[in-house]
Amino acid sequence: MQSQFLLHMKNISKEFFGNPVLKNVNFQVRPGEVHALVGENGAGKSTLMNILFGMPVIHSTGGFQGEIEINGQPVAFDSPHQALDYGIGMVHQEFMLIPEFTVTENIKVGREISQPSLLSRVFGKELETLDREKMAWDARIALEEIGLNIEEHTLVAGLPVGYKQFVEIAREIDKTGIKLLVFDEPSAVLTESEAEKLLNIMRHIARKNIGIILITHRLGEVMAYADSVSVLRDGELVMRAEIKDTNILEIAEKMIGRKIERFVDSAAGHHDSREIALSLRNFHVDMPGEMVRGIDLDIWQGEIFGIGGLAGQGKLGIANGIMGLYSSRGEAEIFGRKFNPNKLGAALANDIAFVSEDRRGVGLLLNQSIEHNLVFSAMHTRNEFLLDLKIVKLYHRSKGRKHALDMIKLLDIRCTGPRQKTGSLSGGNQQKVCLARALTLKPKILIVSEPTRGIDIGAKKLVLEYLVHLNRQLGMTIIIISSELVELRSLCQRIAIIAGGKVARILQPDAPDAEFGLAMSGG
Amino acid sequence: MFPWLRKVLANISLPHLIIVAFFLILLCSAAPLGLSIPSLISDTLRRWAMYGILVLAMVPAIQSGIGPNFGISLGIVGGLLGATISIEMGLTNPWAAVAVAMAIGGAIASVLGILYGLLLNRVKGSEMTVSTYVGFSVIAFMNIMWLSLPFSKGTLIWPLGGMGMRNNISLVDSFGHVFNNWFSFHLFGGEETGIFVPTGLIIVFLASCLLMGLFLRSKTGIAMSAAGENPAFTRAAGINVDKMRIIGTAISTALGAIGIIVYAQSYGFLQLYNAPLMMGFHCVAAILIGGASTKKATIANVLVGTFLFQGILAVALPVVNKILPESNLPDVIRIIISNGIILFALSKAKGGEVSG
Repeated sequence: MQSQFLLHMKNISKEFFGNPVLKNVNFQVRPGEVHALVGENGAGKSTLMNILFGMPVIHSTGGFQGEIEINGQPVAFDSPHQALDYGIGMVHQEFMLIPEFTVTENIKVGREISQPSLLSRVFGKELETLDREKMAWDARIALEEIGLNIEEHTLVAGLPVGYKQFVEIAREIDKTGIKLLVFDEPSAVLTESEAEKLLNIMRHIARKNIGIILITHRLGEVMAYADSVSVLRDGELVMRAEIKDTNILEIAEKMIGRKIERFVDSAAGHHDSREIALSLRNFHVDMPGEMVRGIDLDIWQGEIFGIGGLAGQGKLGIANGIMGLYSSRGEAEIFGRKFNPNKLGAALANDIAFVSEDRRGVGLLLNQSIEHNLVFSAMHTRNEFLLDLKIVKLYHRSKGRKHALDMIKLLDIRCTGPRQKTGSLSGGNQQKVCLARALTLKPKILIVSEPTRGIDIGAKKLVLEYLVHLNRQLGMTIIIISSELVELRSLCQRIAIIAGGKVARILQPDAPDAEFGLAMSGG
Repeated sequence: MFPWLRKVLANISLPHLIIVAFFLILLCSAAPLGLSIPSLISDTLRRWAMYGILVLAMVPAIQSGIGPNFGISLGIVGGLLGATISIEMGLTNPWAAVAVAMAIGGAIASVLGILYGLLLNRVKGSEMTVSTYVGFSVIAFMNIMWLSLPFSKGTLIWPLGGMGMRNNISLVDSFGHVFNNWFSFHLFGGEETGIFVPTGLIIVFLASCLLMGLFLRSKTGIAMSAAGENPAFTRAAGINVDKMRIIGTAISTALGAIGIIVYAQSYGFLQLYNAPLMMGFHCVAAILIGGASTKKATIANVLVGTFLFQGILAVALPVVNKILPESNLPDVIRIIISNGIILFALSKAKGGEVSG
């Protein structure tokens, strides 16, 4: 019997160690459509995809209940390899490419075209030589199909980030008989124009009767590029609809299950003082990929100051330079006192705290408990949470535990307790831990870099609201660095747009879109 | 039910079960072969405590991020120098002799450890290889030094020629067995049939573990462990990662010096020249068997690992000796067993990491 669905997952249930993560989920994709799969972090999107691909993690944790049909045929995959044989491919969020190979070789890896040679006649098929011409030809076709204009013999290592993603797609396209392609948060690492191009290619592929599953956080993309949408919330399918029958508010509402509000009630905030909290003069930072090339900034005490701009223009470099993580030159003053950011810990000693954009790399000790993460900075810069025995300072466990419990409650960190390792928390909760650690320092100036990157809407709202609360109730000066302009405009009193390592403009949040756009492009 | 029990059970892997089973099988096969079980257990207990501090020296090294310290021989030669100087000074009170030996050895090793730490900071990423060669080189260098250092005491140098130190130096007149015999007693029987408990030795070992445990909970210890786990994080908290690595290396090296003195007093002899060449490997093997990874080690890993590693060696050799007498096979088997354990432990060295 021919089914109208390319992929039909029926009544899928899955639990991890008695903890249900998917409950009776039905999921269908028609051929030739772009089907969006949305949900907060931890809603079960990845688990559903892992089941589809027959990932080992599913089998090693007791399998799943339910059925999977492809074109009406029941299937069960034991390994991702079998899924590939059925024409199911995946474009990964992090690139699975070999940098030292050419574009062609990456596209053809594992599926090389070969021809018999002297050696292979003696020793068997494994030693056949590659038919490079034919491979290049195939690669060329795949690249043209997605409209990517690069030479097929360039090395992947030298390509810009955005292009790497396209090579991944070309590889999937080149697999003959591809029927279903999964895009896992494809636009997360791309700039806006790259993302737009990618999503257009995705639509283009769908027109060839290939089914596409688009996993994303960005509802705007869903509205613009998908045909239909499934929403997962806490392991349940809460909505399946055609895009034309729904709207962005409804999807967002279903996704978080509570009324969506503006991040903060009003952007206002009043700082009467004209005291300068942080001042930078001719400030250069040598951070690869985010070079800062001489900026002058004055940030008033008690304001929320936004720093925006496109990726790679230097907005991240400013914070990392101030904190001394990358070498800098130029002048820096805090409340009128000069300080040398190159001296490790100087900024911390001067009451500046920093929440890094690189949560897993710089922000957390992933193998240690929430409690240890929270107290770490304060212990070392403020000598808090310590039991001073004169010859040695020991960790004061009860003080640390109490503080951790307070912070978990205050910021609503979802965890099994203060001893849970931060590596096993979701992105949003990890971010809350980072924020809580910075607050433990009781800073006068708080620099938050990409506060909402990769975290779900619920956590996002809480984090942003809390930043505003800190500013209004405690008068903390807050500097937010973010790629999300909307976020900056809803929170900040002034926004500096960084382009080419310099301050392009400093704008009011209600300035017209066109001015922001111009500033970002360096105008 | 018992969360801690479940945690312990979750940490026991198949390889651990195999090793424990192997140990028990050896122990069970010892009795039918006519070996004295109490003496085997005494031997295991003694070796556990005498090797313990050397294995404990791996903890600060692994925690500070330089990985298992194959170059522990650096600390060992520091300790040997301390001990020989103490003997040369002619101290007859064993407690004074051992204290002086530890003080001098620890001081020499700390200085060497700081220099060694500076070196390791320049070769980040390949510490294991570099430390192995540092260990080999220092032994070769000291082979020259043992021949040419101006020691003159009769018990230290060769009786003929008046130059160059002996291979094995007896500690009978110095600090031999000073810890072992302190409050020692026999359990379940008398001199011949009971289990000998070297109380002082065990106390010294456990006290060292306790001090290390306290250090790891101190401000510096916590910073050091963080530097090992995530250097970028630690730097962002305003802590000098390189300094923490040097502290870890220096403590590890100093513990190597203390460790060899404790070892030697239990053995009754100081062994110079090539004797300490492979000791680093044994220490690394022991802690890895105890469940440590190359990135994370705890005191519990030391206690368990040393017991298993030394226990297997202590029991396996007599058993093999009984089965295949009058050959040099026992020695060959000893090498196979100890190196096999190292190979096995290193091959699972990555397994202990906690995944995201």
